[in-house]
Amino acid sequence: MNIVDRRLNPKSKSLGNRQRFVRRAKADIRDAVKDALKKRKVSEVEGSEKITIRSKSVREPSFQHSRDGGNRDFVLPGNKEYRTGDRIPKPQGGGGGGGGGKASADGEGQDDFVFTLSKEEFLDVFFEDLKLPNLVKTQLKDMKSPVPQRAGYTTDGPPAKMNRVRTMRRSLARRIALKRPKNEDVRILEEEIARLEAESPKNDVLIAELRARLARFTRLRQTIAYVDPMDLQYNRFDRVPRPTTQAVMFCMMDASASMTEPLKDLAKRFFMLLHVFLTRHYREVDVVFIRHTSTAAEVDEETFFKGVETGGTVISTALEEMDKILKDRYSPTDWNIYAAQASDGDNIPDDMGRCMEFVEQHLLPACQYFAYIEVSERSGPGETIVWHSYKDVAERNSRFAMRRVTNPGEIFPVFHELFSAKADA
Amino acid sequence: MSELANKPLFDGPEWDFELLGRTYHAIEEIGVGEMGLNIYKNQIEVITAEQMLDAYSSIGMPLMYRHWSFGKRFAKDEMMYRKGARSLAFEIVINSDPCINYIMEENSMTMQCLVLAHAAMGHNHFFKNNYLFRQWTQADAILEYLAFAKRFVADCEERFGVAAVEATLDAAHALMNQGVSKTAGPRRRFDPAKERVREQARRDYELEIYNEIYRTLPAPGAKKERDRPEETAEQVALRLPEENILYFLEKNAPKLEGWKAELLRIVRLLSQYFYPQRQTKVMNEGCATFCHYEIMNRLYEKGLVTEGSMLEFAHMHAAVVNQPAFSDRNYGGINPYALGYAMMRDIKRICLEPTEEDKAWFPEIAGTQDYMTVLRQAWADYRDESFILQYLSPQVMRDFRLFHLKDKGDNPAIRVEAIHDASGYRQVRRTLARQYDVSAQDPDIQVTDADLSGSRRLVLTHFVRDGVLLDKDECDRTLMHVARLWGYRVRLVEVDSVTNKKLREHETLPLP
Repeated sequence: MNIVDRRLNPKSKSLGNRQRFVRRAKADIRDAVKDALKKRKVSEVEGSEKITIRSKSVREPSFQHSRDGGNRDFVLPGNKEYRTGDRIPKPQGGGGGGGGGKASADGEGQDDFVFTLSKEEFLDVFFEDLKLPNLVKTQLKDMKSPVPQRAGYTTDGPPAKMNRVRTMRRSLARRIALKRPKNEDVRILEEEIARLEAESPKNDVLIAELRARLARFTRLRQTIAYVDPMDLQYNRFDRVPRPTTQAVMFCMMDASASMTEPLKDLAKRFFMLLHVFLTRHYREVDVVFIRHTSTAAEVDEETFFKGVETGGTVISTALEEMDKILKDRYSPTDWNIYAAQASDGDNIPDDMGRCMEFVEQHLLPACQYFAYIEVSERSGPGETIVWHSYKDVAERNSRFAMRRVTNPGEIFPVFHELFSAKADA
Repeated sequence: MSELANKPLFDGPEWDFELLGRTYHAIEEIGVGEMGLNIYKNQIEVITAEQMLDAYSSIGMPLMYRHWSFGKRFAKDEMMYRKGARSLAFEIVINSDPCINYIMEENSMTMQCLVLAHAAMGHNHFFKNNYLFRQWTQADAILEYLAFAKRFVADCEERFGVAAVEATLDAAHALMNQGVSKTAGPRRRFDPAKERVREQARRDYELEIYNEIYRTLPAPGAKKERDRPEETAEQVALRLPEENILYFLEKNAPKLEGWKAELLRIVRLLSQYFYPQRQTKVMNEGCATFCHYEIMNRLYEKGLVTEGSMLEFAHMHAAVVNQPAFSDRNYGGINPYALGYAMMRDIKRICLEPTEEDKAWFPEIAGTQDYMTVLRQAWADYRDESFILQYLSPQVMRDFRLFHLKDKGDNPAIRVEAIHDASGYRQVRRTLARQYDVSAQDPDIQVTDADLSGSRRLVLTHFVRDGVLLDKDECDRTLMHVARLWGYRVRLVEVDSVTNKKLREHETLPLP
């Protein structure tokens, strides 16, 4: 007999197999993730971990007997009431499963395969071939905000930055090296002198000698400082420029009556994707919701998606609102700014000139990327007012992108197109 | 000498390696010394829960080639484990020589003791002595063969790409249950060293005959090689029908490259290696459970384990041999631990204190007293099906309240054919035994025709029993895999095994 301790053997022997599995199931997982997105709030998307996939690509077929038809015999345990010759009606719908328990026990997990995907795996799959458009990345490099970073020690600095441990260490070393008398030594000497003084026949020679030594001690202690300026050590910090890693995302949506629920849902999914995508790349992402009819206002998420308003449509109001918020809170030097605008393409014709002016002169210079999504229930020919005007903007500005979406299935492809790795070109 | 004078081996849940060793020796003394078990040398390996999960996903083997399906199993097991829906097995034991027992670090000392008695004695004895294992598996060579398989698959992945290897393994896995030879042919040992040499020789030969010039004139050269002489085709035809589809494809698929054939061979040999385990679930678990029960009680009688440990043991043992009734929501089929253990304990009872009924049913063993000899013989010479047919006693049928149902396809009701009474015992027993006959439970599919020189069509026949056809969806998907390996059109005919009437036909072409 032989006992071996294998506990320290390398773990995760199955990791390679797991990666193969995830790669294989990728298409299914992507579908599942899309499903998951439908049900979540914009900022909650990343919470998803448990994934149910319809196991198309991870199916392992084999020759099996069909579950119904034919003559079958079963032996089951736990008979309580039946006698030979009894007839038991078959359960409705079940194709002669016989032992009802058996059928349900086997029925689990044949088609649906549930398993947990780590957050990393989840997002990797989701954004596998997406990245921020190149132009944004160059922009990223230019934008730097200095961050203090430790850079050793210095002998000079403000008191608040003094490193006490290092200072005292140097002080101690110096005191030992220069033989500075300790408090303890002085105390013992003084006690000794007091004792000798108290003795009846005084030993004057000894006392004098001790007093001389005490005097030398005192002198030494005065000349050799406890903490000398040369002991002082200060923490030193360098200010290292770092690219800013925060982003703000503006979601703008037309809330007028012409935007029906399905259209809003389409928009919501797009915003959601954008949010997840940005949180992949930035440490912090703020989301600002602006909705507008003929007036615009900043609202919370709930109101943004659920609330219904009546009124006309003046898109420029939303753009103005965004500009105002930008100036108030999000300076382009500190923030990466993304804007996504969704509308059904309806606007007061007079307003378009103002919109274009605003986008081109105020917003685009500040933004990394401005995406316009036009949602409509049918993909018909012809252009809407907004589309027509924005087309010119898109031609002139590479940071401006526009797409049209008519059904939920198109959301991901459109998103994909906007942010695909090919956008480098 | 009073046995109670012994000092308990342990008290409390803590364990260390020295204690494991001492406990093992006490267990071995009872198992080998008193019960007469004949075991392989044991190797006990302590692992963590995470490693146990790893081991699960590679069908319990310590070494395994890489494949996504193991990752799938791992993902599923891990999920179940994290949810708390399923606890891990306390041990895994491998049919190898030396016999490897994995035990988990988290187990309490009582559990370790139970596990050692269960796996290192019970399973080990069964592996070494049961005729199926002796006939079909080579315990001393399996680990080395797996190492070869792992290296070979990794090597192929490097040379031919992961995707190509995966596609072949997928196809081979789909046919795993059809990769078993059920009747014993001339027994051939697989020798890993020889396998390697064989594989190397094949590769060397390919290199040797490789000539750049021939590559430029593919048509005549290829034709010559593929065009098998008439009599070979005949010979192949003579060996039909062939039940081992993987074997047939490995040897005869016209377009299958050498390395793919080798992959099929690996999967086929693994399938064959596991085939005895599929046929002896009840006996194997029953044997192990019976052994741990006997050994734990003997340890207690000798004063080597405390009453506290015995209570902990009794609790676990009861959970292991629990059999919910069919109407219970926890019912998941007949528990092999419960049935096997109950039957073996009943054999012991029949040997020691037979009733009149037992004497009538089992005249050859009733009252013989030496129950271990009877059990050892049963463990050696039977499989689940024959064991149940031979030894399932009326007593156990009554205890389990077994009854037989018949479901005639077109009938709206299920009929109770027999129950646990005098007129029903034999029928219940016969039906239950058949339920454990793996070859009767797997669909009977055979290669019946292969045209090697003309249309190159492969014909499989499913001999339908009791009118139970194949699941169409699964069948079509599996046929795709067959076609991929065969390289040409494949047809599967389902014919009634009694009337020879053709019931259904599937046909598929390989994807380009």
